[in-house]
Parts: sequence; C-alpha cells; structure tokens
Amino acid sequence: MDILYLLIPLSVVLVFLILAGLWWAVDSGQFEDIEEEGARILRQDDGE
Amino acid sequence: MAFSNQSATQYNDTVVRQFAVMTVVWGVVGMLVGVVIAAQLTWPELNLGIPWLSYGRLRPLHTNAVIFAFGGCALFASAYYVVQRTCQVRLFSDTLAAFTFWGWQLVIVAAAISLPLGYTQGKEYAELEWPIDILITLVWVSYAIVFFGTLGTRKVRHIYVANWFFGAFILAVALLHLVNSAAVPASWMKSYSAYAGVQDAMVQWWYGHNAVGFFLTAGFLGMMYYFIPKQAGRPVYSYRLSIVHFWALIFTYMWAGPHHLHYSALPDWTQSVGMVFSLILLAPSWGGMINGIMTLSGAWHKLRDDPILRFLIVSLSFYGMSTFEGPMMSIKTVNALSHYTDWTIGHVHSGALGWVGLVSMGSMYYLIPRLFGQKQMYSVKAIELHFWIATIGIVIYIAAMWIAGVMQGLMWRGINPDGTLTYTFVESVKATYPFYVVRLLGGLLYFGGMLLMLWNTWKTVTGGRAVSVTVPGIVAPA
Repeated sequence: MDILYLLIPLSVVLVFLILAGLWWAVDSGQFEDIEEEGARILRQDDGE
Repeated sequence: MAFSNQSATQYNDTVVRQFAVMTVVWGVVGMLVGVVIAAQLTWPELNLGIPWLSYGRLRPLHTNAVIFAFGGCALFASAYYVVQRTCQVRLFSDTLAAFTFWGWQLVIVAAAISLPLGYTQGKEYAELEWPIDILITLVWVSYAIVFFGTLGTRKVRHIYVANWFFGAFILAVALLHLVNSAAVPASWMKSYSAYAGVQDAMVQWWYGHNAVGFFLTAGFLGMMYYFIPKQAGRPVYSYRLSIVHFWALIFTYMWAGPHHLHYSALPDWTQSVGMVFSLILLAPSWGGMINGIMTLSGAWHKLRDDPILRFLIVSLSFYGMSTFEGPMMSIKTVNALSHYTDWTIGHVHSGALGWVGLVSMGSMYYLIPRLFGQKQMYSVKAIELHFWIATIGIVIYIAAMWIAGVMQGLMWRGINPDGTLTYTFVESVKATYPFYVVRLLGGLLYFGGMLLMLWNTWKTVTGGRAVSVTVPGIVAPA
C-alpha cells in the first residue's frame, strides 16, 4: 500500500492548509458580527 | 475606453446566462441517457446490437452528462452569479470566464463522442482520456482564477459563506483531478494509469468519494446557502452554524473513500478508517441540513405557495436522507449486505436526483427569469407540476432500488444447510426484473419533469431579453 505514503501526507498537508485558511479568516475579522452577515445578502440590491 | 469603464460597472451575467441555459439542456440530455440505460437493464435487446449504444458505453456517458454537464453547468452559473452579487464586483476576467464556458462545453461534447466510441480510462467518474483531462485542467485553472480573482477584488469585506463552499469545491476538485488522472499516454486516445492494482483502486475511490463530497456536496451547499435565504426572503437560520458546517465538513471529508473498497484487497485498517470518517460526516451534514431547513422557521407557509422554495427545501430533506443512509452503508456489517447490490444505486440517486437535481432546478428557476429581465418563469404552474412529478419519480426510483438491493443481498448470501448457495446469480437477476421496470417508471417521471423545465425555460428566455445589471454602490466598508 505504497499509495498511502502519498495520500496520507497529502491529507496532513491539506489539514494544515485548511487550518491556515481558518486562521486567516478568524484573524482578519471575517467572523466578527457574524449573525449580521447572513442578513446582508437580503438587503443587497441585485438589480432585479 | 469609455465602453470598458462602463462594462466594469456592470455584472458579467452573460456567462451566467450561458451556463444556466446549458444546465437545462444538458439536464435533458443526461437524464434521457439515464432513461435509455434503465430500459436496457430491463430489456437488454434495447442496445439494438450497436456497440455504440451498449450499456457499458452509455452508462459513463449518463454519469458524465448528469454530473459534469448538468451539475457542472449549474455550479459554474451559480458560483459566478453568487460571487459577483455577494462581493458586489464584476467577474475578475471576462475572457477567462468565456473560456471556461466554451472550454467546458467542448469537454462535454468530447465526452459525448469519445465514450460511445469506447475510449475510456476505466476509472469511474474519471473515464475521459488524457487529452480531454488536460482540457479539463485548463478550464478548471481558469475557473479558479476567475473565482478567486473576483473574491480578491471584492467590495464587501466579509466573504459570504456560500463563497467558502464554492472555493473549497473548486480547489478540491482541482487536486482530485490532478492526482487521480495521472496517467502515461500510450497513444492519442489511450493511456495507462500511473498507479496499479489496489493502489489504483485506493486513488480512484479517494477521488471518487471526494468528488461526491466536494463536487456534489460542497458546491451545491454553496448554492443552497445563497438561494434558500434569497428565495425565502430570510437570512439563513444560524449563520454561525453555517460557518461551523463549512469548516467541519472540509476538515473531515477527505478519508471517507475507502468505504467503497470494503472487503477488498485494501488493508483492513484502511477500510475501518474509511468507515469511521464516513460515520463522523453525519454530524456536519445534518447540521447543515437542519440549518437550511430551519431558515423557514416561522415562515413555513411559504412552502405552500412557492414551488421554487419547495424544490430547495425538499432537496435538503433528500440531502439529510442520503447523508444518513451513506454513513450507515459504510458500516462494514451493513456493507456486507448492500455492496454490489442495487441499494447502492438507490442511495446514489436519492442524493443525485433528490439533493443535487432538485437544488439545481430550484436555483435555476430562481436565476433564469432574473437573468432575462423577467419577474418569474413563464409558467409557475409548470414549476409546481415539475416539482410533483420529480418528487414522485424519485420516491418510486429509490424505493424500487432499496427493495431490489436488499433482496439481492439476501439472495446472494442465502446458504443451504449443506453449505451450497441457495440461489444462482441469474435467479437474483430474474427476481430484480419487476424492480427495474418500476425504476424505469420513476426515471421517466423525473425526465418528464426536466422536459417541462426545458419548455418553461424556452418560453421564459424567448419572452425576455438579456439584461445588464449595474453593480450597486459600495454598501459595506471595503
């Protein structure tokens, strides 16, 4: 099962990349005022 | 220059219109092929003795057409629409966006020609030969550049949750495609996989199940998180939960694949890892389903007279059903009964027809009139009728396959006291015949609904005109 030497490290790298994404999102204030964001799309003018 | 300045202040809806219309067209084509092969399983003579129309060649054509042509076009259309509307900015590149449309159509046409001709890599959901694989890669990289470029130039600081799902879908599919399609070309339309034997099987189902997770789930969840709130006129039930749903789903998805290889040459522990991860997936899946359905909390009456909302909400109940059924089937003892039976086909179609199909149709019924300057589809009655015949079709389809599957599983494991098998294989095939007839009926109903949608789309498009929508002023600090 040599393939696991590719797939498992790949998954570990991915988990770190996902963590980096999560870190960035939290750090850059994406999740401040979080419930407000759900309503914003309803107020936007889509030009209908 | 004046012209290009003006066009930058408008959304690029041309590419959204193209993908939205082709979603409906490819839906009809893909489901028609599905009906044909369902009939062939019932009456094998229907291949008419023509190699091009044999089941083995048409079946990958069906799966490629419904997943990548119908589903793919729906994903392109909705990702391009949603990212522009939620970021309040025009698509990053019109040229690349146009290339993704024409490139993707070329991939589909190439699939429609090469598969019946018998060209295949023999990998499920990744059958297309290497030149087509390269074209897919080019289109996908362009898709990523357009999508992430648009996100990068957004005028709204917060990235709406649907975009996270679309983004994860685009990146994951790129990775899956690159790893699984690695092959050594032997000639123009022939190649050999870079992996062999059980290694190849492992890569294939690592790809195959993550394609279900990221192509058929994450992408369509992006659709769900935008179109359900918009159609219901209410924000998603818990925005906080939608964020948790996203991160939990992508952190836990990658290792469910080995459940496709239970009781195979794959090491036992790898099978168990696949089973455990599949079971874990129940939690984020149901969190998301409940979140979507509860968006209607306090406004359930909207379901009564809004057929589009009904498409979207019922799609979620099928999502909940198949994400419960999937983890159960991944348990090895259950899988011992269900594996290789038509139960698997029933499971796949409850997800495909129920979740992916209905959520795409609902989203397209929302999008198409808006893209062509109309208030609603030409006939709301037809949407209503479509909803009912599609839903009844799905229920008939999956019920037939459930019964057939459990019956096959039981017949195959039936053992006489003297240790011989109770039934020959062909006896189980004969016993399945009536269920294949019923399944064909369910498929015909679902296909009929799609024809209705094609007619309704035709009337809406020809009765309307392509409209240009101006990007509104900035509503949030950039």
